[in-house]
Amino acid sequence: MPIQVLMPALSPTMEKGNLAKWIKKEGDKVAPGDVIAEIETDKATMEVEAVDEGTLGQILVPEGTADVAVNTPIATIVAEGEDASAAKSESKPPQKSTEPPAAKEEKPAELAKNAKEPAQPKPAAAKPPEPATLPDPDVPEGTEMVAMTVREALRDAMVEEMRRDDTVFVIGEEVAEYQGAYKVTQGLLQEFGAKRVVDTPITEHGFAGLGVGAAMAGLRPIVEFMTFNFAMQAMDQIINSAAKTLYMSGGQMRCPIVFRGPNGAAARVAAQHSQDYSSWYSHVPGLKVVAPYTSADAKGLLKAAIRDPNPIIFLENEILYGHTFPVPKLDDYVLPIGKAKIARAGKDVTLVSWSMGMTYALKAAEELAGEGIEAEVIDLRTLRPMDTDTVLASVKKTGRAVTVEEGWQQSGVGAEIAARIMEGAFDYLDAPVMRVSGKDVPMPYAANLEKLALPSVADVVEAAKAVCYR
Amino acid sequence: MAAAKAKDATSTSARSSAPKDTSDRRPAEFTKADEFDAYHRMLLIRRFEEKAGQMYGMGLIGGFCHLYIGQEAVVIGMQLALKEGDQVITGYRDHGHMLACGMDPKGVMAELTGRRNGYSKGKGGSMHMFSIEKSFYGGHGIVGAQVSLGTGLAFSNRYRDNDNVALTYFGDGAANQGQVYESFNMAELWKLPVIYVIENNRYAMGTSVTRSSAQTDFSKRGLSFNIPGEQVDGMDVRAVKAAGERAVKWCREGKGPFILEMQTYRYRGHSMSDPAKYRSRDEVQKVRAEQDPIEQVRHRLLEKKWASEDDLKKIDAEVRDIVNEAAEFATHDPEPDPSELWTDVLR
Repeated sequence: MPIQVLMPALSPTMEKGNLAKWIKKEGDKVAPGDVIAEIETDKATMEVEAVDEGTLGQILVPEGTADVAVNTPIATIVAEGEDASAAKSESKPPQKSTEPPAAKEEKPAELAKNAKEPAQPKPAAAKPPEPATLPDPDVPEGTEMVAMTVREALRDAMVEEMRRDDTVFVIGEEVAEYQGAYKVTQGLLQEFGAKRVVDTPITEHGFAGLGVGAAMAGLRPIVEFMTFNFAMQAMDQIINSAAKTLYMSGGQMRCPIVFRGPNGAAARVAAQHSQDYSSWYSHVPGLKVVAPYTSADAKGLLKAAIRDPNPIIFLENEILYGHTFPVPKLDDYVLPIGKAKIARAGKDVTLVSWSMGMTYALKAAEELAGEGIEAEVIDLRTLRPMDTDTVLASVKKTGRAVTVEEGWQQSGVGAEIAARIMEGAFDYLDAPVMRVSGKDVPMPYAANLEKLALPSVADVVEAAKAVCYR
Repeated sequence: MAAAKAKDATSTSARSSAPKDTSDRRPAEFTKADEFDAYHRMLLIRRFEEKAGQMYGMGLIGGFCHLYIGQEAVVIGMQLALKEGDQVITGYRDHGHMLACGMDPKGVMAELTGRRNGYSKGKGGSMHMFSIEKSFYGGHGIVGAQVSLGTGLAFSNRYRDNDNVALTYFGDGAANQGQVYESFNMAELWKLPVIYVIENNRYAMGTSVTRSSAQTDFSKRGLSFNIPGEQVDGMDVRAVKAAGERAVKWCREGKGPFILEMQTYRYRGHSMSDPAKYRSRDEVQKVRAEQDPIEQVRHRLLEKKWASEDDLKKIDAEVRDIVNEAAEFATHDPEPDPSELWTDVLR
């Protein structure tokens, strides 16, 4: 019986990858541990090893194929004495991607592995675009839009700001030679050198404090946390040193610093690595807290954050890194911090969310439209200072509101939004504000439980219908 | 007893980890002018702190107030080793550091009383004052936090390719915080120009060094990171200056961080509310009698006939005038305008 080699999942959030290269040919003998192929994900190029002894029977997915779904059979291995041709009839054809394969680069496989040459921007991934959002009113009409992942947009923002201001530098774990644990800083070391792209030891408390000290001395550090889960080690420096010193010094001390990295649940990494810190940081005066959803917002807001004279918490999301959105092609695309955006217009109910929560909110709005409910979806983009006016204006129109967040409900951002709506638009409300949130438990590991713990599109639809009394 | 112990340690502190060019551990030679200068500056700190203590007792100063009395030689000696642009950062026992950096006693005292012309407009208090003009970066209330911050100041010097050093003070208590060692590691790894000045005043609040520290020789705390260190008689301003100059030289030459353990003593409690029951009155008296940093200078000035009792009285009077003026200012300066509640949260 030939053994199928399946497209492996190489990271918690990987759903598909590109088959970059076959190292072995059909008919080659393979032993366990032999590298048979190279798979390119949006984060890295990884090697696929044979786990059984035999002969590479048939290659089912040719090299250069993009977006091969995880678990797709990519080849067969036949054991001694087996007929390779038998494998052909048994194996299923690869799942065809409906999207055209992305344009291939010359040698993408070598980029991640061998970081000596400057990494080129990857071609736009062939992912289907996210649910349509309204264009930003700040973008001039007729501006060319370029499809770009959130990851690329963040990288471009840093590159542009580092070119513009030589006091800007990036510091964190694996940001330089490894090219970023999530490949957000890809190519930065090659362009700016080790002085401005600084690999640190695993020492969050220490390097966060070092960054704050450098900011106090007038530099503009971008401190990358591999994830915000690890920033808990550095919380004292972020709150007590970065956020409070301007006030405690009567306005004398500056602290222009950006703390950025993925926040919230990734996938199947359990409680210590799956937490939404939106409400934690948005609680603190002296910080600005930004949490973009689209690539365009990620770029425009990160550029603004780097230029801002205050400490900024910039909450990214690992799952969104690989999502593709249109980004306006402008020389210097900077968005204002503290301004929400109406991502979808509607008249019946207001859905308020940000970052990953927007994926649930927008899909729910689609579903609701099918049932005759026109939801207006507001992307907060910044959690502090919060653009209450935009929320209130919408609620005054719709009379109903649902908040959507991955974080816990108690003392959450949704609770804050609900309170502000109650204070500012009580007389306009036709129903109590409802909160869709992560469940009040640490994040479980098991796939089914994890799904239950996270908010879902169905939760949002249900809540929206409830406030519409339908 | 403890005082004698401290002296022993000082005399036997030469170790292989120390750089070769620091084998000469003699105190700096002080000219007559140097002695006068040191006397004046140390006395200013002493009288300022005594006045702050009185004003705390009168209810004019609130909250926590940590006095520097007894440790004056450390900051004055170190300051003599610095040049323009070198940064200073410390923890919450910071009044002496600010005066040593040349900050205005009136502004410091007015901050202690929470008034509008205090260095932080009355919003910071005793533990949180800053002066970018004087390169003083605070004044930090969380034990050990200033060590990472000071390492960041040094990082900025390296980044800008200047030859300034960052003087990062902390106590024997803070020396047990984890981020101190995270900072040591990065500082040596990247050869950052930072001098870690550990002011060992023998008590972390009420816990003596021997009850809190597995390694009580703090100059060795950087050994596993290859950071050289020295124990210094922190009661002798000349010894401090000489050690400071060696450390500064090491840093300016690009050799990385340096640790100076200053063996010193605080005469007062940890803060104003500390009755200091954890040590005997005799212990305090003995240090005061035998090692007082200001008395040492005074003694030398008289002994060498560089000054008469009258000359010194004149300095005392000058210093008292400065301190009284600061106290007067801090008592009558108005509180901040209520509108200041909302300013300086963001820039």
